[in-house]
Amino acid sequence: MSNLLSIQDLKVAFRMGKVDGAMQRQLAVKGVSFDVPENSTVALVGESGSGKSVTAMSVLNLLPTNAERTGRILFQGRDLLQTGLRELQAIRGKDIACVFQDPMSSLNPVFNVATQICEPLMKHMGMSRRQALVRAEDLLHEVGIPEPKRRLAAYPHELSGGQQQRVMIAVALACSPKLLIADEPTTALDVTIQRQVMELMARLKESHKMSLLFISHDLGVVGEISDHVVVMRHGQVRETAPVEAIFNNPQDAYTKALLACRPSLTENPARLMVIDDHIAGRAAANQAVVKDDSAPVVLEVTGLRKSFWLKDGLFGKREFKAVKGVNFKLRKGHTLGVVGESGSGKTTMGLALLRLHEQTSGTMGGQVLFEGRDLLKMSGPDWQQMRRRIQVVFQNPYASLNPRFTIGQTLREPMEIHSIGRDTAEREARAVALLEKVGLDASAMAKYPHEFSGGQRQRIAIARCLTLQPEVLVLDEAVSALDVSVQAQVLNLLKDLQDEFGLSYIFISHDLAVVKFIADEVLVMQNGDVVEQAATAELISAPREDYTRRLLGAVPRGYTGAAVVARGI
Amino acid sequence: MSAVSNSSGLVRAAESSSGGVWAAAWRRLKTDRVGVASMGIVGVFLVIVLLAATNLVASSWQQEVGVPNAPPTLLGPQPQEDTGTIAAHKGPNVDLSDIDPLAPRYAEWAERAKAFKTEEVTKAETLPLGGDRLGRDVLAKVIKGAEVSIVVGLAAAVVATLIGTLLGALSGFFGGKVGDLLEWVYNVFTAIPSILLIFAFAAIFPRGIGAVVAILALTGWTGIYRLIRAEFMKHRVREYVRSAEAIGASQASRMFKHILPNVSHVALVQLSLHVVSFIKSEVILSYLGLGVGVDQVSWGTMLAEAQNELILGYWWQLAAVTACMAVFVTAFALFTDALRDALDPKLRGLE
Repeated sequence: MSNLLSIQDLKVAFRMGKVDGAMQRQLAVKGVSFDVPENSTVALVGESGSGKSVTAMSVLNLLPTNAERTGRILFQGRDLLQTGLRELQAIRGKDIACVFQDPMSSLNPVFNVATQICEPLMKHMGMSRRQALVRAEDLLHEVGIPEPKRRLAAYPHELSGGQQQRVMIAVALACSPKLLIADEPTTALDVTIQRQVMELMARLKESHKMSLLFISHDLGVVGEISDHVVVMRHGQVRETAPVEAIFNNPQDAYTKALLACRPSLTENPARLMVIDDHIAGRAAANQAVVKDDSAPVVLEVTGLRKSFWLKDGLFGKREFKAVKGVNFKLRKGHTLGVVGESGSGKTTMGLALLRLHEQTSGTMGGQVLFEGRDLLKMSGPDWQQMRRRIQVVFQNPYASLNPRFTIGQTLREPMEIHSIGRDTAEREARAVALLEKVGLDASAMAKYPHEFSGGQRQRIAIARCLTLQPEVLVLDEAVSALDVSVQAQVLNLLKDLQDEFGLSYIFISHDLAVVKFIADEVLVMQNGDVVEQAATAELISAPREDYTRRLLGAVPRGYTGAAVVARGI
Repeated sequence: MSAVSNSSGLVRAAESSSGGVWAAAWRRLKTDRVGVASMGIVGVFLVIVLLAATNLVASSWQQEVGVPNAPPTLLGPQPQEDTGTIAAHKGPNVDLSDIDPLAPRYAEWAERAKAFKTEEVTKAETLPLGGDRLGRDVLAKVIKGAEVSIVVGLAAAVVATLIGTLLGALSGFFGGKVGDLLEWVYNVFTAIPSILLIFAFAAIFPRGIGAVVAILALTGWTGIYRLIRAEFMKHRVREYVRSAEAIGASQASRMFKHILPNVSHVALVQLSLHVVSFIKSEVILSYLGLGVGVDQVSWGTMLAEAQNELILGYWWQLAAVTACMAVFVTAFALFTDALRDALDPKLRGLE
């Protein structure tokens, strides 16, 4: 098998502007070499900042203008670093196509699907608009979009996330490229949709006889789809091997650590592996704290409903029932997992508990009893008092901290509002103590959120909740936006905090593997209904509903040898 | 695209050594050559305005120090004009004392006149930038006019930004009925052609600096209102504002402590853009006679005078005002651009 793409000693540096007359350069990729053979899938794996995306984007020179590339990128024997822009443009989309992480922002919102698929067809293949439309319909059919003819006229916002990604793949496939570069194509998607998109890509790779360069931070995902794996860290290749070797006999300590830190459905650790611990040879402490099943109930929810008003016609409005009656009891020190796909009402349910929906948005019903008092019927001052005891951590660590507040201000504010601590000095001391508890030090107090990584920000958001000494924490997809390795650290932190402070969690996630690690009881939600509710072990081992089984089946399992998606079809 | 966000992450890491967003913006502004130069020019103007306001310079702009329409020093004095068509007779005057009934008293009057001191005020033939119709110094007038025009522009922009930001914040944050009401007010204001609206306000306000500020601010807040409203609508549902709500922050605190600092760069850029446009509006108003009072001078009143002088060939007042205005407005606009460039990319990276 010959190599379609061969990257040899690629270095990428970013010019960072002049300091004292000397140009400052930041080396993002430090000499990377690997090959992509024909008709095969090569996965680039690494954490954020490992240089994997920069490496892949250098192939088509889709980097910002301050990037400098050296080395050789041979595509079909031609060095892409030496080709001019015009030749490169002829290659882009035709021989090498790209699919990016966020389908919503990759599609142009003002053009319909047909226009976006026809553009490369008319530009590279010299088709007329009519021919292109016929081909576009075939492509949509091929990527598994129902009613392709009708969908051609649709605009991106009318499609779901999974469908948008399918359209992106159709656009990429339009000119039958020889190489498809997929940059974290499934990271923004739910596990079930991720599975479908991966199956689709594996199938298309076979039917189109193309190669796939698949970029991901998750070895579990990569193991299911790839033939070869390139593990990167800090701009360098740590290990290159066929996928069986990576999973069965990893050589590099970092690869081993990456494999260990993903929560799995089969094992039952008390703590997850963390990269640094694993590399340093420290074993994760493995004594599980036994949960007291007779602990007092802190939160009792009965028949919680939430609906939104949708505009209907000129004057009418229609009720959309987002949550249709949820019942659960949460005991002190326990965790309730809430699982479901996007649109299942799990986040709406979480926000309803905190009364974070606008009053006018729709009606709310049911009872949320916190120590016998109904949160939903509480008056203003009482509710303000109660807020201290039930707190929330949101999904996006980049959006949940005020960018204009220092960490110190962020942590002091809740204490000031609720008059916790006598003066600023005491509050500062408390804030520092909490920062240390979540694994940051006092120097963070004077810094701004943009100086921290996603995982660190999520720790700060957790510390902010803890300033109020809450009893219940709603974690709304709190680890979904994080890399697998960082996710492990945050999950460990959450477990430690629960053990130390006796916190009760409502853990909302789309990933059953994560929920299994942390939750004692699981609610499975679909279209606003609770379809299954059981103790975690019971739910994983003997799911009663088809929907639960589907969610379980969607969890990436890594390389298992047999149960690999569409391999060898 | 994660490649791009990676690299901007590197940029952030390099810049984040200390301080917040404002410190970073200031560092970026300092590297912008055009920005620093224009900031210097604006600074010089502001110093002049300050000196004029404290009467340290140009306090005597109303004194007629030169001959009427004295030309600029560079051009030299005006040539003596022919006063009549009849040639002056050469030779001694005719002695009329024998028929003049007042002749005997001339000596007496001359005697009495000696008791008083008379001083011949010699009016300057030329002035540095020339003189106006009354012989007032154009340089002093331009400085005094700059004071009035720039103060009016700045004050009106500040007031307009305050109105626009406050209403925009209320409308964007609360939405619903409050938003509808404010949108209705906005629509009424923007439905009327702006110059007509300015005239309408000018007709009911007395003349003077305060009135001009009020007129411009009351008609100029609409654009700022819309932008701030959109920003507040965007930020209101951000997770950091939700988090603030979850920890119990009041509505006012969320509006002004959390969201406002995050949208203040929009307000700041709008403020400086409006300074430029309000200076121009003040000039137009004063030119049309609806601006500052008759005993005051602004660039607008000077332009209005210059129109009549130009017909007679006295171009220097026009040239002086136009040059001053062009330099200041251009410098301020470039400074505004630099300010926006310095403030914006950071925030784009943060979001």
